[in-house]
Amino acid sequence: MTKLMTEDEAVATLESGMTLGIGGWGSRRKPMSLVRALLRSDITDLTVVTYGGPDVGLLAAAGKIRKLVYGFVTLDSIALEPHFRAARQRGTIPELVEYDEGMLQWGLYAGSLRLPFLPTRAGLGSGVMDVNPNLRTVTSPYADGEELLAVPAVRLDAAFVHMNRADARGNAQFLGPDIYFDDLYLGACETGRRFVSCERVVPTKNLLDEGTFHTLRINRAMVDGVIESPNGAHFTSCEPDYDRDEGFQTEYATAARDPEIWESFVGKYLSGSEADYQEAVNAR
Amino acid sequence: MPADTDGRANAERMANTVAVACAEAFRGDGEIFGSGMGTLPMLGARLARATFEPDLMVSDGVAFYVDGDLPIGGTDMVVEGWIPFRSVFDTLWGGRRHVMMGASQIDRYGNTNISNIGEWKKPKAQLLGVRGGPGNTINHAVSFFIPRHTSRVFVEGVDMASGIGYDRAATLSEWVQENHCIPRVITNLAVLDFDTSDNRMRLQSVHPGVSVEEVADNTGFALVIPDDVPTSRVATQEELVMLDHLDPQGQRYREVPDA
Repeated sequence: MTKLMTEDEAVATLESGMTLGIGGWGSRRKPMSLVRALLRSDITDLTVVTYGGPDVGLLAAAGKIRKLVYGFVTLDSIALEPHFRAARQRGTIPELVEYDEGMLQWGLYAGSLRLPFLPTRAGLGSGVMDVNPNLRTVTSPYADGEELLAVPAVRLDAAFVHMNRADARGNAQFLGPDIYFDDLYLGACETGRRFVSCERVVPTKNLLDEGTFHTLRINRAMVDGVIESPNGAHFTSCEPDYDRDEGFQTEYATAARDPEIWESFVGKYLSGSEADYQEAVNAR
Repeated sequence: MPADTDGRANAERMANTVAVACAEAFRGDGEIFGSGMGTLPMLGARLARATFEPDLMVSDGVAFYVDGDLPIGGTDMVVEGWIPFRSVFDTLWGGRRHVMMGASQIDRYGNTNISNIGEWKKPKAQLLGVRGGPGNTINHAVSFFIPRHTSRVFVEGVDMASGIGYDRAATLSEWVQENHCIPRVITNLAVLDFDTSDNRMRLQSVHPGVSVEEVADNTGFALVIPDDVPTSRVATQEELVMLDHLDPQGQRYREVPDA
């Protein structure tokens, strides 16, 4: 019944070429320990779907992204993600699907409802239509006859999200101000590779100790694996457990702008296990 | 009188004129979400709410509607509602929002770009991505704040239309044409709008000390310039006091330095 596992065990179920959805938003509550496990693996050629932050930057810098589906990539307090910028300006991500933020939600929602598409106006007439020639419109079958954008469903082979608390069976809880769209990534994902990392695994009877029932938006039918990962969202924010580590993010962004400094950053933080990473972070 | 001297001096500072212009963009909006991206747009919405637009709803910039006159960056807030991103999307698709955001490029019809400079396939400079621009501009009023008015920003054509302007909206449904609206473009030099017969950008007012020629010279396309261009209104004494309360650290002076 327990779904407890490690990041490396979760990543071992993935294969190159898969479509991966990553929860969080910008530099907020990103499943960074799972992303770091992915960096340690041989998996590559991924299609990554996300409201992008340093997850995209790290995976792009490691050359693991073949296709990116995104509305933005940002570090929030640092507006532009340096690795993403470099990858775009060098043209190293072969395929790009740039959507309006709401379109991305609609694609994931359609995927989670097993619908082929959902209609919206968001995106019509904009550059999104110019750069995504495969997008199609639908005409309302009712009296208004309005032409709407049909956002195609996004289906995922694997999903990573990071929560504040979870039980061993996969009931998971967000305690911060926003769940973002984390439930939709799990909903849009094939059964078998829906992974939730969390700050702390608690007994089911303790799930309401720190938050009301409104915070239990992810239930165990949506989850295949639970990874206990304290500080697992580092250096992104994970309110109320911790804020973004702005000092570390600045170190990351500075290093990302210079290949030589980046090499030493990787050596210092990203060349060992998750425990090594956390130790190196603490030793600063 | 020292107080008057200070008041006059502060009223003449450009950042305060710009803050008032940003607030004026929200005049008449009523009970909707007045959303500002960045210091001066946020300050504008909060100033409007604190003075002439008391029903306007403003957020902390994270996930909460806040009551009272919360200073920028303030954390001692009275929460009056919850507005996580999913509710933001619901609210904006429902039309009960006026956002003021930035743009790295804007053209004569109000097409805007925050995504990339140069060719999209392999840009010269990657910026944020389109973010919520397409959905915002097609669903509700979107004003823009440009802290440095130059011909690099005010361009003949945008490299990527992250926000749709009037010419693009005109090719879409009647519904879109009724709901698409760019009330104002506010810069460090002037206030602009699209109140022309063909929705081309018009110079509405110039800030004190700025000439019409200076605005035209820093705009990369021909603006519609009326015969008489008024001067933007400066902050009242009451507004200056409120601005100091809402922005005690004077962040607005860094975003829009004095000429």
